[in-house]
Amino acid sequence: MPDSRSWLARPFTERSTQIFLAVLTLSVLAITLLHVLLPEGHPLHVSTFTVTLLGKYLCYALLAVAVDLVWGYLGILSLGHGAFFALGGYAMGMYLMREIGDRGVYGNPELPDFMVFLNWQELPWFWQGFDMPAFAFLMVLLAPGLLALVFGFLAFRSRVTGVYLSIITQALTFALMLAFFRNEMGFGGNNGLTDFKDILGFDLRTDAVRIALFIASGVALGLGYLLCRGIVGSKLGRLSIACRDAEARTRFLGYRVERVQLFIFVVSAMLAGVAGALYVPQVGIINPGEFSPLFSIEVVVWVALGGRATLYGAVLGALIVNYAKTVFTGIMPDAWLFALGGLFVLVTVLLPKGIAGLFAQRGWGRRSQSSAAKTESASGSRPIEEATA
Amino acid sequence: MPSETDDAFVRSPWMAFLMSISVATMYRGCWQWMLLVCLLSFPLFAAAQSESATGQSARLSDGAAQSLLTRLAEARNPAKPAVIDEIAMSGDARARGWLEAFSASKLARLKDAERFLIIDNNRGREWAVSDALSGESAGKVSRRDLKTLRSNNSLRGHIDGVLSMIDLSSPDAEVRLAAARGLRGSVDEAMAERLPSLIEQEGDDAIRATLKEALAIQQLEANGDPAALDTLSGSLNAAAIAAINGAAVSDDPQLAQAAKVALAGIEQKLQLNSGLETLYFGLSLGSVLVLAAIGLAITFGVMGVINMAHGELIMLGAYTTWGMQQLLPGQPGLALLLSIPAGFLVAAAVGVIIERSVIQHLKGRPLETLLATFGISLILQQLVRTTISPLNRIVVTPEWMSGSLMINEALSLTLNRLYIIGFALFVFAGLMLIMRRTRLGLEVRAVTQNRAMARSMGIKATRVDIMTFALGSGVAGLAGVALSQITNVGPNLGQNYIIDSFMVVVFGGVGNLWGTLVAGMSLGLLNQFLEPWAGAVLAKIVVLVFIILFIQKRPRGLFPQKGRAAEG
Repeated sequence: MPDSRSWLARPFTERSTQIFLAVLTLSVLAITLLHVLLPEGHPLHVSTFTVTLLGKYLCYALLAVAVDLVWGYLGILSLGHGAFFALGGYAMGMYLMREIGDRGVYGNPELPDFMVFLNWQELPWFWQGFDMPAFAFLMVLLAPGLLALVFGFLAFRSRVTGVYLSIITQALTFALMLAFFRNEMGFGGNNGLTDFKDILGFDLRTDAVRIALFIASGVALGLGYLLCRGIVGSKLGRLSIACRDAEARTRFLGYRVERVQLFIFVVSAMLAGVAGALYVPQVGIINPGEFSPLFSIEVVVWVALGGRATLYGAVLGALIVNYAKTVFTGIMPDAWLFALGGLFVLVTVLLPKGIAGLFAQRGWGRRSQSSAAKTESASGSRPIEEATA
Repeated sequence: MPSETDDAFVRSPWMAFLMSISVATMYRGCWQWMLLVCLLSFPLFAAAQSESATGQSARLSDGAAQSLLTRLAEARNPAKPAVIDEIAMSGDARARGWLEAFSASKLARLKDAERFLIIDNNRGREWAVSDALSGESAGKVSRRDLKTLRSNNSLRGHIDGVLSMIDLSSPDAEVRLAAARGLRGSVDEAMAERLPSLIEQEGDDAIRATLKEALAIQQLEANGDPAALDTLSGSLNAAAIAAINGAAVSDDPQLAQAAKVALAGIEQKLQLNSGLETLYFGLSLGSVLVLAAIGLAITFGVMGVINMAHGELIMLGAYTTWGMQQLLPGQPGLALLLSIPAGFLVAAAVGVIIERSVIQHLKGRPLETLLATFGISLILQQLVRTTISPLNRIVVTPEWMSGSLMINEALSLTLNRLYIIGFALFVFAGLMLIMRRTRLGLEVRAVTQNRAMARSMGIKATRVDIMTFALGSGVAGLAGVALSQITNVGPNLGQNYIIDSFMVVVFGGVGNLWGTLVAGMSLGLLNQFLEPWAGAVLAKIVVLVFIILFIQKRPRGLFPQKGRAAEG
């Protein structure tokens, strides 16, 4: 369906995008208003704690959208997206560390506390420039983007796909986790970066900053969603779906499959980086645990639960699973891993199209989903040479 | 001590005494070098000696013993060596205990009384003591009431030597050898005079060589004897090397030169040995990787099923070993042997359940299989955590697997790793046989190559699937049994191996058992050879990055499948 409108404007005409954006905007607004306008004791008052928690969920949702972009529309199951998320988080964390200045425990204006503790004399070269917010925010995009570029270039050029790619992405994040655990790396080792004070000169602990971060997460999610929707609807997006469903055929038609894959992979990694960067100031810490393979694979299950290749399904999945996690770990921590493990099995065996698939079955939003529905049916019955390659 | 001789040891007090000697000499051997370590191990000493002293008929009467000890306590320091010699020569079975306690400053006298006590535990204010003469526990005594007999370094050295001399006339060759080893570096002049006659009498070649070395060390240190240097020139013993080092800086230029040459030779030998040791560690790590990965090579490589729960099947094998040992307390060896089939069956059964309940529904969807089996791995982990314990369980290593095989002074191979290398090769050979020589193997290969054709030839593909998965899972269980001997058995055991295992399979080439063997061994070696200059963590990272880069170059691994099977 050729469209004369710009690729980024087109999603606004889609019913699903309209609904998603409306729901997102309204909920963010509602929560902000409930928090600001109602007094503390009011039954409908949303506490600062809840606002921060919801902000965290929104970051996870953005990460899930990034994973859905590569998994749902490109057919690449990345088990290492947590690495990009964490890299974005570390870039943000480094900026926040430099913002502390001389208010650290050791009061050193030049070096973060953990470096003083390790007896380092000067700032390593890779920490230079992180005192400038603009540079740090650029690195939030560039660090994961570059890693994805190099890794993707090597992998896609030699046509590593399918299960192999999944396993080496997992090895990638595992290797990074081991590396970041080392004190010598200069990223705080085991403890990571924490004890943040300010962001852009505003105190992180105040309610206003918390709600601002929450709103920023919501806006980032909305923009990220729009961007993905735009890509998916464009010619490039259709090409990427072609790569997913019949890689060899697309290649024989004369398209450079690896370039499509590389572009989408890098965009997705950058989105994950942004999610990580917004996540860190809200939780107040970033440590190598975010690189753990378990986290990355958990993200995949959010997407699988919500329904892949729908984008809104990814958001839904992230919110549901994380809410469940918060509730479960609160009341019976032992049961959480059972529930998560069971979720993995049930979703893959019984709900291959996720919750969004259920919606589609009931006929909700069918008119607007004509393109998405097509891709979903295609993903259910992938050609055999792709599936077993 | 080997278990079958336990009875004999218990029955004969003399043998029990010897046992304590050999334990003690082992410690004494390193005294010269690691005084600190020895000090820490004194409680062991005391335990060993009090055991040996109980219920023995002493040759000395209590009165004579009392007077000897009194003289030891009251003599001035220069006169003490003579008393020590006298005690040692008395032939009394308790003499060793007294001397060792004295040397460790654990021989004490009760204030205002003549009674001698041996301090068993000097923690806190009340010290646990036992009577030096009867060997029986004497309860607890306030430390203020005790007057400890002080010894000093030169006395300790003397006692050391004296005790070795006693051992050297022991009828047991093992004890003599241990004593001779302990003597190196602690021979003094008095002993040096008596050593040549002992060497003469000695019938055992190894002991004689060791004694000669011990004598040569003393000769070299005391007299700068060039002949002694010749004797020592090939030795890897730390004391000998120290003596040669001393000679290398001596005033005699000729001796110094000769010593330097000898040192260079030793250095070369040491390097060779440390290279061999790294090789051994590499092979043992490699065989662990092969064991962990080879089951995966079957399920993933042959069947194309990604089983992320493979690590947890390994864990179940390890827990089976633990369970067996709980069922058969006191017989860790038998339990370990029994858990080889048991671990296989448990893991295979769980594997079949996983295959039937989940994997068969996800045929042809490898990514979904990956996710579902990952979920299963979480459930299995949590199951172990809630039903057994989140903490590590202790799996006992049977006696025939502990200890080490001493190749020479600088190189000894730990037995448990040797067994694991052997076990890995055994499992590998068994699997090769099954895949190459049995009906099952034939059918598995047929179904792998062309499922539809195999079915039309009358092969029950579903049955083959189940059998293959059971085999792969069972082998994971075997890996778990082996791993229980070298790592902690806990709920996270499997997680630690799953990424490594996948790396091995992918590196070796999917669907190729030889590839798995070569890949596992080479990754193990690579890791061990990188470790000395990169550190353990960095070595692991380097290996991971290496594999990631390698996959870019050869996406189908070291030994890719060729022909039509590669397309399927």
